[in-house]
Amino acid sequence: MKHKTFLWFILPSATAMLLFIALPIVSVLIQSVYAPHEQVIREVESCNVFGCTKSTIIDVEATRALSEGAPMGRFVGAGIFTDRSHLATDEIAEIWSASPGVGAFLSRVMNLPFYGALAFTLTYTAFVTPLSILLGFAIALSVNAIPRLLRGPAIFFSLLPMIVTPLVGALILFWMVDARGILGAVLQSMSGDPDLSIKASTPLMWIMLIVYGVWASAPFAFVVYYAGLQTVPQDTLESAMIDGATRWQRLRFVIIPHLLPLTTFLLLIKIMDNFRVFEPIVSFNAGAHAKSLSYFIYSDLSSTNQLLSSAAATSVLTILGIVVLLSPVIIRTWKSFGRTA
Amino acid sequence: MAARIADRRPFPLQALLVGLLILWLVIAAFPFLWTLWGSFKVEGDFFSKADWSNALTGPLTQVETGGSFTGQGYEGAWVLNEFWRAALNTLIVVVSVVTISLTFGTLGGYALARSGYRYVFWILIVALVFRAMPHVTLVSGYLLPFYQWNLWGHLPTAIIVLVAINQPFTLWMLTSFFQNIPKDLDESAMVDGCSRFQAFRLVIIPVMWPGVITTGLFSFLLAYNDFAVTAMLLNQENQTMIPKIASFLGTTQTKGNVMFAVSAVVSATAPLFVLVMFFQRQIVSGLTAGAVKG
Repeated sequence: MKHKTFLWFILPSATAMLLFIALPIVSVLIQSVYAPHEQVIREVESCNVFGCTKSTIIDVEATRALSEGAPMGRFVGAGIFTDRSHLATDEIAEIWSASPGVGAFLSRVMNLPFYGALAFTLTYTAFVTPLSILLGFAIALSVNAIPRLLRGPAIFFSLLPMIVTPLVGALILFWMVDARGILGAVLQSMSGDPDLSIKASTPLMWIMLIVYGVWASAPFAFVVYYAGLQTVPQDTLESAMIDGATRWQRLRFVIIPHLLPLTTFLLLIKIMDNFRVFEPIVSFNAGAHAKSLSYFIYSDLSSTNQLLSSAAATSVLTILGIVVLLSPVIIRTWKSFGRTA
Repeated sequence: MAARIADRRPFPLQALLVGLLILWLVIAAFPFLWTLWGSFKVEGDFFSKADWSNALTGPLTQVETGGSFTGQGYEGAWVLNEFWRAALNTLIVVVSVVTISLTFGTLGGYALARSGYRYVFWILIVALVFRAMPHVTLVSGYLLPFYQWNLWGHLPTAIIVLVAINQPFTLWMLTSFFQNIPKDLDESAMVDGCSRFQAFRLVIIPVMWPGVITTGLFSFLLAYNDFAVTAMLLNQENQTMIPKIASFLGTTQTKGNVMFAVSAVVSATAPLFVLVMFFQRQIVSGLTAGAVKG
């Protein structure tokens, strides 16, 4: 295809992505180095019959003039990145010198908002990704073992947790594990503690969010593996049988190697999706116990005085995180593309 | 088809697999049935302090309303809180997003599938990185410009933003579908005198319908399921269903609002059930389209 024709075909799509994905990233970068203007404070002297008093008032007009003159705010460079709610360099240095050991250091660092959010996001990704892939694989093997006629309904019900809106799916689970809901009651009777409440405990909240994550993302792995199982070469399986391979050996040496490329694909997609975990935290109302990076940005944006600069700085750090996560994939794809081209 | 030898399993293994499957199906489907049933009860039953089984039998529902089932939650959500308006907004957003994304996506995907130059690779990689962007990150980039240019709050703004967020995924999926259509088809059309666009419009699109429908389903899901963009970029009046449900939760001081949320949740899930029922095959093929090719 000629370059010019190519350009015309890709133009609408590229313009949309440029304007609403690339430019916002630039806009976030710019916003993250500007802080909002401080209010202009003026000292006024008011005199009456008893004498004069000095007081400070906010000069509304001057403040407005300032923000109209430079709507971005004042330039602070990396100031927002290093402040307490982001990289907190000063606090880290202080904690490092004050902490007796690495464990104490880490537990205090986790209390800093950004590192707490990063820790939760990484924990969530690290648990949900492998667990959902394993569960999906197990479901795929089971569905493959039932008669063809029953597979349709089985796939239908299995798809539901994934298709349903994340916010809604998480709410449905949350209502069930509520202290007054069915699963909450079951948990209370199992643990023997009638006051047990997911909402009150940080570890339970993390576990619940991870359980939701696995519930919601296992179907995707299931569908991919199920499709992969249909294309396993039967000849290879049968010759392996003739050669005396046991069932386990066939799974280990024929089926799993065949599904390996799919696993790479699933890992890539799932890491991307899990890293931006957001809706379940809104649904579970878990902000007090678990913040993800996305939720951290959202709570800055939806607070009453909209901390745009703070949200922008977190966004930049999140984007950097994604680039780091994806870099092995990009390098690998680049190499394989170099071979084929 | 007779069962292949390799498919035959000893009984304990078969029982284990079937048992696992049944357990999973209960885990996958039961929450939905439970919530559907509970949405016809009053809050005191669905969230029962005394006994969870009240949600099944509904003694308080009987006391408060006289019947075993009540539509109060639905009435409160749809009529009193104007959930119908949110549903209408969702309809507008979803239809527009699907139409525009598919138009942009088929054009772009076709170009990417047919051009062999190296920049195709880079466009696809950039699209992959864009796909990984958390939507909230982008939203924090939109807010300030949108406030200044007075674009904030309107439906068309949210629509075009969702289209853009949708593009990376749409491009990837459609590119892989277009690559499965032989090049000879459009080349012979061009030999016969079609321009590139005519070949695309008259020859390729008619054989691409399955791919277009599948991609459209996923665009639909993205637009329908979105929370971050619609919650942050739309004003009260233009709110779509999902942020509206979230707003029912925010005001838990008044009694009954949780039940409004429960019935709104059931209402918002129903279209997705229908969708999966009719398009299960396309959804499965779409999910595996990118994967099986590796």
